[in-house]
Amino acid sequence: MSRWSEATRERARQIISKYPEKRSAVMPLLYLAAAEEGHVTDEGMEEVAEWCGITPAQVLAVASFYTMYKRERTGKYLVSCCTSISCMLLGGDDILHAVEDESGVPHGETDDEGLISVEHVECIGACGGAPAVQVNYELVEGISAEKGRELVRWLKKARPDVVNSDEMQKLFGDKRSFDWAIADEDGAVGPFPAFPLLGTVGSETE
Amino acid sequence: MTSPLLVTKRMSEHPSDSHTMERYEDTGGYAQAKRALGLTRDELVEEVKASGLLGRGGAAFSAGLKWSFLAPSRPAYLVINADESEPGTFKDRQLLERDPHQMLEGVIITAIANEVHHAFIYIRGEYPKPARRVQRAVDEAYEKGYLGSGILGSGFDLEVTVHLGAGAYICGEETALINSLEGLRGEPRLKPPYFPAAKGLYMMPTIVNNVETVSNLAHILSMGAEDYAGLVDSADTGTFMMSLSGHVKRPGNYELPHGITWRDLIYDVGGGIRDGKQLKAWIPGGASAPWFIPDKHLELEITKDAAAGAGSMLGSGAVIVMDEDTCMVRAAERIVRFFSHESCGQCTPCREGTTWMEMILRRIEEGQGRAVDLDLLVDVSDGISIDLAWPPKMTTICPLGPSAVSPIIALRDFFRDEVQEHVTRGGCWLPGARVKPREKTEDDRPQPVEIGASSERGSGGRPPAEVSEE
Repeated sequence: MSRWSEATRERARQIISKYPEKRSAVMPLLYLAAAEEGHVTDEGMEEVAEWCGITPAQVLAVASFYTMYKRERTGKYLVSCCTSISCMLLGGDDILHAVEDESGVPHGETDDEGLISVEHVECIGACGGAPAVQVNYELVEGISAEKGRELVRWLKKARPDVVNSDEMQKLFGDKRSFDWAIADEDGAVGPFPAFPLLGTVGSETE
Repeated sequence: MTSPLLVTKRMSEHPSDSHTMERYEDTGGYAQAKRALGLTRDELVEEVKASGLLGRGGAAFSAGLKWSFLAPSRPAYLVINADESEPGTFKDRQLLERDPHQMLEGVIITAIANEVHHAFIYIRGEYPKPARRVQRAVDEAYEKGYLGSGILGSGFDLEVTVHLGAGAYICGEETALINSLEGLRGEPRLKPPYFPAAKGLYMMPTIVNNVETVSNLAHILSMGAEDYAGLVDSADTGTFMMSLSGHVKRPGNYELPHGITWRDLIYDVGGGIRDGKQLKAWIPGGASAPWFIPDKHLELEITKDAAAGAGSMLGSGAVIVMDEDTCMVRAAERIVRFFSHESCGQCTPCREGTTWMEMILRRIEEGQGRAVDLDLLVDVSDGISIDLAWPPKMTTICPLGPSAVSPIIALRDFFRDEVQEHVTRGGCWLPGARVKPREKTEDDRPQPVEIGASSERGSGGRPPAEVSEE
């Protein structure tokens, strides 16, 4: 029997209805499972398998292929530092080291409190505003090593429930890949992409 | 230089609300989708063929021709590739965030032209904000009757599903993307037999088009193929989004006409090199593209054929500029590391080759290189991409492996001396070096180096963590 709440199950039904074959829903359902339990658990994968009509092993095959399905405990804030070529050219490695040092969390790990996870990632498509980091996949562009430290201190102190790109950009960022001109109220509520269809609604304003 | 703006016109003129339905409708929005409903498949395909529009995802293949290859069996599917992950590329993100309806109208036109009734927009997982914008645009389009059953009062049905990736570059390869959409591991399929136009999503005929490609469609229909083709004085038609990054004064996305030169791009558009430094090299088409250098390539025109003639490509339109202080070994290592990390692991040459190349480059960078290492790199590269030819002679299912070879071509052809100097001096003398050149000592043999400290995510049989001396 399903371990998910009725609301989550309703979302799962909605998601599956968007695809001609239910197996195609395995990726969005994995995000749903991750949001439900904080990371992708064995039980979560079993649940997804049932919804999609495939085996848990087939779900694991998918979950293990992608970097964004975290199968270990992940902090409330996932800080992803880009060290790909364009960010590297402008000091991306220094940002990573500063974030690791200030948080005390090395790449791929989470602090004891479960607050902050740190990782270095390949290109996040913010090359025009390099160097860039993401917190729960919300962007901060034109960051510096010192601002990276401030960002970590801010996360520890302010502990925002919703991580908002505009707010972080104002506090810690500088030049962006392209101008926004549009205020964005939305944000992320956890280390999984906030997206209505996926169940992690966050602060969606509409 | 003046350039006609097409896909960035609305966001340039209406920066505060270019993403909204109201603004889109006010600026001619969805009129071309409406018109397309009255045209036949042949008329639409011919129009797009005549426009000369090339796919903007990287392969630069004629968009109209691609459509014409679609097999007749139905249902057919349309997949919009918004899995933009090529290092240096961020143009689709801007198109998705700032003008999602423009892409959606392209989706509708493509669907009509190809008799498709279900389209998927596959957005990379690291783009939640663009995904939110697109989802909202899709919802609005449903409300307005631009999507759903009987769109725009016609008898034509069109469903659109927004799908989020989860951090795998390889899913930008069209057959891997299709596997991913089917709920499988995102591993590329063999072509033949799995050409998407014949056996694509759910083994049915499938069109896979890039965001920028379909964002051009409404403009082509609106001005007519002939005018679009005559828009710029160049072999390649229309405009081209370029993502400029690295050591230029003005990085960013620029919509430019084909046919300007690299000098125009880097010095006029990009404002030249930061801090009064000199240009050392640039990558013309995303991390997959072989590099260019100022002595040879600055005056070349930016067209598909000119780039190919010089042994490279325009790829995804990402231009990564490197100044005189950039360590070419380190830059190459960073790019090869990317491909090593993103290799899906199906093909041995790519899985093993990229892993070894990464380790060899890292040991050179860290001062533990050997005199034969550059030749060794070329040899390993040859195992992935025979003769390091361009375009590559494939040993792998998809082009990811051969892409990893591009920086090695640059090291071999342009920077051999710099590589050898890393070896002889035992480190890097450039600013930001991780290991400075060694002082000469009595015992000057290379020490074993800890390798793989940050390559923990190799995807297959992992080579030993240490390289022993020969």
